[in-house]
Amino acid sequence: MNFIDNAFILICAALVMFMTPGLALFYGGLVRSKNVLATIMQSFIMLGLVSLLWAVVGYTLAFGTDIGGLIGGLDFAFLEGVGMDNAGSPAENLPHLTFMIFQCMFAVITPALISGAFAERMKFPGFLVFSALWLLLVYAPMCHWVWGGGWLGEMGALDFAGGAVVHMSSGAAALCCAILIGKRKGYGSQAFIPHNLPMTILGAGILWFGWFGFNAGSALAADGLAASAFVATHLATAAAAMSWIVAEWVHGGKPTTLGAASGAVAGLVAITPAAGFVSPMAAIVLGLGAGVICYGAIILKNKLGYDDALDVVGIHGVGGTYGALATGVLATIGAEGLILGNGHQLWVQFVSVVATWGFCFAMTYVIFKVVDATVGLKADDAAQDKGMDIAEHSETGYQW
Amino acid sequence: MKKIEIITRTFKLDEVKTALAGIGVKGMTVGEVKGFGRQGGHKEVYRGAEYQVDFVPKIKIDVVVEDDFAAQVVEAARKAAHTGQVGDGKIFVSTVDEVIRIRTGETGEEAI
Repeated sequence: MNFIDNAFILICAALVMFMTPGLALFYGGLVRSKNVLATIMQSFIMLGLVSLLWAVVGYTLAFGTDIGGLIGGLDFAFLEGVGMDNAGSPAENLPHLTFMIFQCMFAVITPALISGAFAERMKFPGFLVFSALWLLLVYAPMCHWVWGGGWLGEMGALDFAGGAVVHMSSGAAALCCAILIGKRKGYGSQAFIPHNLPMTILGAGILWFGWFGFNAGSALAADGLAASAFVATHLATAAAAMSWIVAEWVHGGKPTTLGAASGAVAGLVAITPAAGFVSPMAAIVLGLGAGVICYGAIILKNKLGYDDALDVVGIHGVGGTYGALATGVLATIGAEGLILGNGHQLWVQFVSVVATWGFCFAMTYVIFKVVDATVGLKADDAAQDKGMDIAEHSETGYQW
Repeated sequence: MKKIEIITRTFKLDEVKTALAGIGVKGMTVGEVKGFGRQGGHKEVYRGAEYQVDFVPKIKIDVVVEDDFAAQVVEAARKAAHTGQVGDGKIFVSTVDEVIRIRTGETGEEAI
């Protein structure tokens, strides 16, 4: 066990925890004022729901003894055997509890990410049930496949900090949910204007800050690799913020603050699978591509017409997919990508993309249909008119 | 008594207030309003989605004065709010039947 590593990863866990309220602000500013609290709640309450699920059974499904490469066994249920020493810890340099709580924060933010797709029209009880099932049936297996000794990790798929586990998975789920739940009332005829962009920018800033814990912390040690991942994260994000505003500028509009914030998040998403595998200059190249590609994906969404309210597909789905493939091209640290002549890595990354999208989309479809038929998911027109804050929570965000 | 409603650009509030106070107007009520006239609205773009925003923010100033003071107030307000560009706003003048000061119960011009 290494005390310095332990101190570092505990701090990183706290940084990753802070991303979820950051996401709540990022999303909260983008909706209309009558839905601000319901939207924030769908992120914030994951700190409650998912943390409990993770401790009881989520962690062991992801990191328990491997069963057929598909799922973890129940040896760590109720955190049995997860203690202050490193016994059973997937990271031998860390107390098992440190590893568990660091991973817990990743689990918390992932279902919160999906909520942007069905923002402004999802009923809260159904949302809770959907998120709980999704965590156990989609996130836990995905996490096991990539990091817990499952088949994707064994196959050699590179995912440093959660491009597939966190971003592609939530992006695929978001696409499925946006299609199944249907459009918000008035979509296409009314204006859906973000009610508080300064809130969104602050949220993006908090995400950027917390993401250092996410990516550098995924080195699982206070070492040079953590520094490399930290730098790659920062540079890719900077590049994507710039390339997004240039893209919208060139595309005939003006550079926007929302574009800068969205570009930054797109960069953070895209560098996530690559963070520990690429050089600083490769990170810049990757980030420049992320801003342009994710901007393009959102323009495409506006044409396709599905109502992914806060662009989870465009940023997390497309950004995560692009990042996974780009990792297969640009990896030079601890792995060899296409630029070092290893085409096989790109193939493996491609397989991981197809598997992640296919599994997450299909499972989300089933979960959504079951919860919709039993608990109910979509708020009716009257509730949407009134606003989800009043309809679901009996409160309003602003008093004047 | 006349009620004078001045709807004009938000940044003109201080100039109009100063002009009216300068000629002896004793009080006014101000509100932030939205509307459109010949100026029309503007385009806003969020992540590439364009929206036409028709209602633009304006300020509305309500003043009630004696009949023979009204013309002077209107002229002072018009001068202060004028820029010459489309979107300067409108002034409406109407007759007020009664004014009551809540504290004392005074009525009519005494209560203004």
